[in-house]
Amino acid sequence: MTQSVRQAAAAGVRISDLRKSYGDNEVLKGIDLEVSPGEVVCLIGPSGSGKSTLLRCINLLEQPNGGAIEVGGYAVTDPDVDVDQMRTKVGMVFQQFNLFPHLTVLGNCTVAQTKVLKRAKAEAERTALSELEAVGLGHLAHRYPGELSGGQQQRVAIARALAMNPSLMLFDEPTSALDPETVGDVLAIMRKLAQAGMTMVVVTHEMGFAKEVADKVVFMDGGVVVEQGVAAEVIGNPQQARTKDFLRRVLDPNHVVVEED
Amino acid sequence: MSMTPRQKARVSQGIQIGVFALAILLVVFLANWPLIIDSFFRFDKIGGMFPAVILTGLKNTLFYTLTSFAFGLVLGLVLALMKTASFAPYRWLATAYIEFFRGIPAILVLLAFGLGMPLAFGTTWPQWVNVTVALGLSSAAYIAETLRAGLQAVPKGQMEAARSLGMPHWRAMVTIVIPQAFKIVLPPLTNEFILLTKDTSLAYILGMMITQYELTSFGRNGITEYGAGMTPLIVAGALYLVVTLPLSFLARWFEKRSAQVSRPQRAKKLTATTTKEA
Repeated sequence: MTQSVRQAAAAGVRISDLRKSYGDNEVLKGIDLEVSPGEVVCLIGPSGSGKSTLLRCINLLEQPNGGAIEVGGYAVTDPDVDVDQMRTKVGMVFQQFNLFPHLTVLGNCTVAQTKVLKRAKAEAERTALSELEAVGLGHLAHRYPGELSGGQQQRVAIARALAMNPSLMLFDEPTSALDPETVGDVLAIMRKLAQAGMTMVVVTHEMGFAKEVADKVVFMDGGVVVEQGVAAEVIGNPQQARTKDFLRRVLDPNHVVVEED
Repeated sequence: MSMTPRQKARVSQGIQIGVFALAILLVVFLANWPLIIDSFFRFDKIGGMFPAVILTGLKNTLFYTLTSFAFGLVLGLVLALMKTASFAPYRWLATAYIEFFRGIPAILVLLAFGLGMPLAFGTTWPQWVNVTVALGLSSAAYIAETLRAGLQAVPKGQMEAARSLGMPHWRAMVTIVIPQAFKIVLPPLTNEFILLTKDTSLAYILGMMITQYELTSFGRNGITEYGAGMTPLIVAGALYLVVTLPLSFLARWFEKRSAQVSRPQRAKKLTATTTKEA
């Protein structure tokens, strides 16, 4: 569907014994995770389980305290690594969209292409427009983000990341801040992206999406990976008590659990 | 005889108006009007001030304001970036600078530069450089605090999004964060400019050549020159207002506009309903 997938080879991710603390609070307690090129991995788990922190460590928005991360054979955690160069290959989509409000939709999608990748303006605009068309928003290119709905803003954010031709896409709860009726549009775009062969790591509460689209689901709780495996297995037939409990709460919101302590 | 709240409000308003009216009447009747007019309003005698008070005085006031504001803005931006930096010594340095220059009167900085620098270094650069540097150093402290507040008002996600697209920290600052911060601080920055316009009046203390006179120097000089009493000061004051009043309106306009820009969707909805009703 998009140029980016055709141009850039999908990259894999290898994470080993990743640790991250804020002061005395250890948020990630030795995470091991492998994502093959072209694979879609969904991170699920209760809030505070460390899944967003794990995602943000992959492109070093959070600096890990220990362990190693490799993206496409590139040692991200090597102190001498060119972080900015690495990030051009790793697209990120945020819960709060984080579009640049002082730039038009087109400006949002071209600014990093021209300033970071040093593409010519015409080429950058061509790439941006084709990505915007792909998310169905080519006609809004000259609007400002403040004039768009939440769902439209998130689709622009996806187009902005894809315009850099990344080899890996990170999604940090991309639909959590959206109105229910716009969630579907964003998930549809992510589904197409997955089908096109993009490597994706997605933090999400959308179990339906995870079950249908993810190759692998990773359940985290308390800073550790509790259970991981094929999506249908982990969601349909969880083995660990904590996973079962979490899924019961998420899939059936009316189910009341009496706390025992 | 108890009063309703409405009556009470009326009585208290009446008392307030009465007190004001009384104060004004006292001033009107007790003041020595012939003398006041002779000391402050002899516009017939000060024709000699023009056009120099505008071509030189107003021009120099604007010139000193613009140069010191430009200097203060650049230095203030550096200080604001230092104050929000993650490297602690930068923050300490910026804080020390800001506290120092906010804590001493601008007139002392001006005297230190105008009188002290030639003694200390034997330098004889033009007087306007002293004024620019001294007022710039002083206003940079205030501008830095204003800009810091603006930088911190830009959501953290903006920096993160920019960095996640591969922008180095400086590039994210220049292209994404600072433009948004400037929009936020435009109204307070305009006020800073107005304050600086008035602070250029301190330059008179350096005793400059007539071609370097700003408005206040012209006013003071005029007192002894025209036999029109304090009338030249009234002229100088009026000319300051010519500069500062439009700026105040501009600041208020910026404020209104930025309030609208930050809520475009609601603003649109509101106009939609009003047109429907109309």
